[in-house]
Amino acid sequence: MKVVYQRPKSLKKVAFHYCAGCGHSIVHRLICEVIDEMGIQEKTIGVPPAGCSVIAYNYFDVDMVESAHGRGMAVATGVKRALPEAIVFSYQGDGDLAAIGTAETVHAANRGEKITAFFINNAVYGMTGGQMAPTTLPKMVTTTSPYGRNESLDGYPIPISDMLALTKGAVYIERTAVNSPAHIIQTKKAIRKAFQTQIDGKGFAMVEILAPCPTNWKMDTLPSWKWVDEVLAKEYPLRLIKDTTGGKNAD
Amino acid sequence: MSGNAAVGEAAIRAGCACYFGYPITPQNELPEYMAAHLSIRKGCTFLQAESEIAAINMVLGASATGVRVMTSSSSPGISLKQEGISYLCGSELPAVIVNISRGGPGLGNIAAAQSDYYQSTRGGGHGDYRTIVLAPSSVQELADFTSRAFDLADKYYIPVIVLGDGMLGQMMEPVEFKKEAPETLPIRNRSLRGAKGRPSKIVKSFTINAPELEEMNWSLFRRYQLIEKEEVTWENFMTDDAKLVVVAFGIAARIAKGAIKNARAAGMKVGLFRPITLWPYPSAALQSVARKTHYFLDFELNMGQMIDDVRLAIGSKAEISFYGRPGGAVATPSEIQRVITRLYHQNGLVSKK
Repeated sequence: MKVVYQRPKSLKKVAFHYCAGCGHSIVHRLICEVIDEMGIQEKTIGVPPAGCSVIAYNYFDVDMVESAHGRGMAVATGVKRALPEAIVFSYQGDGDLAAIGTAETVHAANRGEKITAFFINNAVYGMTGGQMAPTTLPKMVTTTSPYGRNESLDGYPIPISDMLALTKGAVYIERTAVNSPAHIIQTKKAIRKAFQTQIDGKGFAMVEILAPCPTNWKMDTLPSWKWVDEVLAKEYPLRLIKDTTGGKNAD
Repeated sequence: MSGNAAVGEAAIRAGCACYFGYPITPQNELPEYMAAHLSIRKGCTFLQAESEIAAINMVLGASATGVRVMTSSSSPGISLKQEGISYLCGSELPAVIVNISRGGPGLGNIAAAQSDYYQSTRGGGHGDYRTIVLAPSSVQELADFTSRAFDLADKYYIPVIVLGDGMLGQMMEPVEFKKEAPETLPIRNRSLRGAKGRPSKIVKSFTINAPELEEMNWSLFRRYQLIEKEEVTWENFMTDDAKLVVVAFGIAARIAKGAIKNARAAGMKVGLFRPITLWPYPSAALQSVARKTHYFLDFELNMGQMIDDVRLAIGSKAEISFYGRPGGAVATPSEIQRVITRLYHQNGLVSKK
């Protein structure tokens, strides 16, 4: 009998604590599948964030070092510079990567740091209870924008991936989603490409992943998955944002 | 050699593999030295970070891999590093942090000051933690203590602060470098190098379960108790027959020494007690000085911070006076000698046995 589906070796046998419909568990699994397929489990060092995925080290069976909120790319930089043969990834949410950690993010990209960043964009601060994030959409209601995000006071959804693409050091940036089988397959391809970019020593690589947060969006799971396509992806179109690696595309 | 450069050379000789920093006066010669001399060494990294915050977090990442790592800054930059220092403590990661301190509060100025004593010894960041603090008073000691800081950091899995000041950092003095570490140091236990042939490891401070976090704090506390027992250092200078003892650290102790020599020449029995580890504080050693001497002058280049530790050690068993110059003003030896002379006569020490 042929095994067609099984738990990736680098994903620990632990039940996820994530809410039903959340994107984290899918992304964790995809990263672990790619780590297995590329045979890099023994040299991968991950940097989890503060937030819902703060205990990502309970799931990833690779060496991991905690980072303070927003500092993931600085910590990852330290790891990679001290141990260049390691495959280093950071895993960060929108508030982490695009608000409190903006400086660390921009400069890691601009230095062309040979690390791989996974950026989970769900347009809210999840762990703290659904506050407004830098990526929150205009008019979107959150616990700290109870009357809807007011652009004249709160500004606009920050296109951080497009901003990073302006730096020469960032060589591969793609935005994907995990709300449908097709998007999940595309995300996995992008994850592989982002790791390969690091292995080839080409520069900074990041995959932005639009992930549903039904709990804080106050939606059932299926409508939340639809909302990713119908609303979130209108602001953040799913596309290859930049690829100057000279290799073939994730497709 | 300048004090700042001496720190750099001593760090390289101690086997420092990574340096992460950000420009700030009066410590710039140190990152510049590392840029020139560390970056060209095989397997070593010099990186000018985008901020002090990024630099200390790079230190954390590099330390997690088991190599010797350092950052340096001056007072306002050290304030920014406090978040990372707290995380280093919580994650039990060694690191050397050099503070070539300057006048404050706020942007203050770039002159020598000792107003970061509280910040260094009380843990400037959040949570229950301690860092070892070494206070050099010469360029030679800046070099020696940098080397010692790496050893202590590795021994106790703790960040160690070398607390200098703008004058020490800029001062030029001859230095003798005592040792050179082997080209490649052994990688520390517990370090992250990839889960090859062993289970995966986690370096973290986060512990959501209260009893577990309590136990982690107790474990840190027990290590701090051990450090208090094993690593306290100080200097007694002419305290044996002293009727008045000056207590001062770092550059202030150097200034006081000059004043004391002159006071001795003028027939006054004055000595110096110099804490070298500011944490752990040499309380017992100070207490034993207070068994013979009943008059103390605490002298600092601030408005009186270490005096809290002097009072905690001596209590009401002796008279404790204070003289301080804050804000980057530096007292001269003759100024301190005048203070010593006044106290000596006010308390009738000439005739006291």
